[in-house]
Amino acid sequence: MSEAAKQPSFLHKYLAFFHIRFSAGLQYRAAALAGIATQFFWGFMETLLYNAFWRGDPSAFPMGLQATVNYIWFRQAMLSMFNSWHFDSSIFSAITGGSISMELIRPCDLYAMWLTKSCASRLSRVVLRCMPILVIASFLPAGYGMRFPEGCETAGDVVFALAVTLISLIGSLLVVSSIEMFVYISTFYTLNHAGVRMVYGMVAGFLGGELVPLPFLPDGFYDVLQYLPFAAVQSAPCLIWGGTLAGMDALRTVGLQFIWAAVLIVTGRMWLNRSLKRVVVQGG
Amino acid sequence: MIRLSHIKKSFRVSRRAGGIKNAVGSFFRRQYDTVEALADISFEIGDGEMVGYIGPNGAGKSSTVKVMSGILTPDSGECVINGRVPWKQRKEHVSELGVVFGQRSALWWDVPVADSFELLQAIYSVDPIEYRRNLDRLTEMLDLSQLLQTPTRQLSLGQRMRCEIAAALIHSPKILFLDEPTIGLDAVSKIAVRDFVADLNRERGTTVILTTHDMQDIEALTKRIILIGRGRILLDGQLSDLRHRFEGRRRLTAEFTGSADLTALPEGASLLTLDGREGLSAVSDGSHRAVFAIDGSPSALISLLSGKTELTDIAVESTSIDEIVVNMYREYGV
Repeated sequence: MSEAAKQPSFLHKYLAFFHIRFSAGLQYRAAALAGIATQFFWGFMETLLYNAFWRGDPSAFPMGLQATVNYIWFRQAMLSMFNSWHFDSSIFSAITGGSISMELIRPCDLYAMWLTKSCASRLSRVVLRCMPILVIASFLPAGYGMRFPEGCETAGDVVFALAVTLISLIGSLLVVSSIEMFVYISTFYTLNHAGVRMVYGMVAGFLGGELVPLPFLPDGFYDVLQYLPFAAVQSAPCLIWGGTLAGMDALRTVGLQFIWAAVLIVTGRMWLNRSLKRVVVQGG
Repeated sequence: MIRLSHIKKSFRVSRRAGGIKNAVGSFFRRQYDTVEALADISFEIGDGEMVGYIGPNGAGKSSTVKVMSGILTPDSGECVINGRVPWKQRKEHVSELGVVFGQRSALWWDVPVADSFELLQAIYSVDPIEYRRNLDRLTEMLDLSQLLQTPTRQLSLGQRMRCEIAAALIHSPKILFLDEPTIGLDAVSKIAVRDFVADLNRERGTTVILTTHDMQDIEALTKRIILIGRGRILLDGQLSDLRHRFEGRRRLTAEFTGSADLTALPEGASLLTLDGREGLSAVSDGSHRAVFAIDGSPSALISLLSGKTELTDIAVESTSIDEIVVNMYREYGV
């Protein structure tokens, strides 16, 4: 029996949840391999594309070529954590099929339980997939491969960038999972999640820098979009690891990520608890 | 101590007639009906009681259980269970509650049963020593040792149900709600589950509320039953009293050889069929079969028959619990 089990704490049950979800997510090896191949291929195409643009007119680039390439590879490696189209179907079916009653008879906070579930499944998907892509991308030739962030001159700079990127990734995970929660909760009202998912996927993808890095959007867009929660998902850590956001800018961005995470979690939890008051357990 | 007073809950359901035309119409204009699932529910259940909560489909049984489990918030009325209001202090309340919904699973689909149990231990913060003791006991009594390493998805229904019951008891709840716990079980598993619940109630004083359509469950486990219909409590009493009140006439089947005239019978007895036909009352030589309905003692009828004929077989059946329930439903018009 572990130490943690001897001293049951508030967090202990959610950690147990995290663990069971995380290990369940790790079993899907074929899906992970297919994902790695697709993400690598896509990343490679994109680096070729941006290299072609760069040769055409470097002055049109809002950020350096290396920063752009880093952005692409880092995003491809972490895609299964950032993406706005992955949802946990068991949560949808709990709401629409009525098995939510089995979750409500547990002495747990439903919001915390679902958020844990969603973080765990994203994390379990990304740990299998990120490493091969990051390693291969680091060995690609200059201009196509991933390198340390632009502007890093000393080992200290690299360690700083690495640390801020890691913290920023935690912020991303919290923000993307807490936005995801809003989609789940909306299912209490719509009972069909297809529409909300599609709209959310497109809006979040565009505003979050999935199509093109946000600085490439026309002037003025980035100035506004960088403050939205969507930019706190993938744009923030990718720009930090590219070196576009460095020093105080990077720290400010990470701070904003955690503010968004807190705001989204608090409002999402309030909304869920309100929805539960009028919950109709579907299917008797 | 469970106390419900004047609980009301209604649902809004969208209504539309079938057909494409009405489907298109309802896109623009929805019609809703209000269905009163619980109209006025009041009862009290003491600690350590075992109560059968019965009623026809759609009577409001499951809704009541969901209100008592803190899942549904009623529109009005009060419900206090061990000093707590279920939907207001849900977390504290459910930590002392075990629930088996026969149609839903509390186990995680793709992990071995043992892992689900361990997760439940963590969720309920069960003390490791108590957990070990409960698990050993449940494993032995419900014969789970072969099942613990199997993923839930590969269990048969009967095996899964035994695991579900164990899952509901791993945290030693004070109150147990069983919603159709024997649905789809074979005879051996049914009896195992009933015996187990009876033992649990006797040894630990667990309060058990049993919702079921299987009257043998009710007969085997409970003394008190509460009948609900159309969202109201229709009846609340001891099973033996109800049996007395709703028991119809008993049935006596006699097989005999020889001729017989059965027009004059003792008081309280009447001939239902003779050789499978109604309205016939006398037969000539041969072997025959007569079915009578009787009130009270069958001795007068039996002595009459044995005096007049050569009796070969005789059987007296009392009204089955299912028939009693049918009589009750009929009387209350539910």
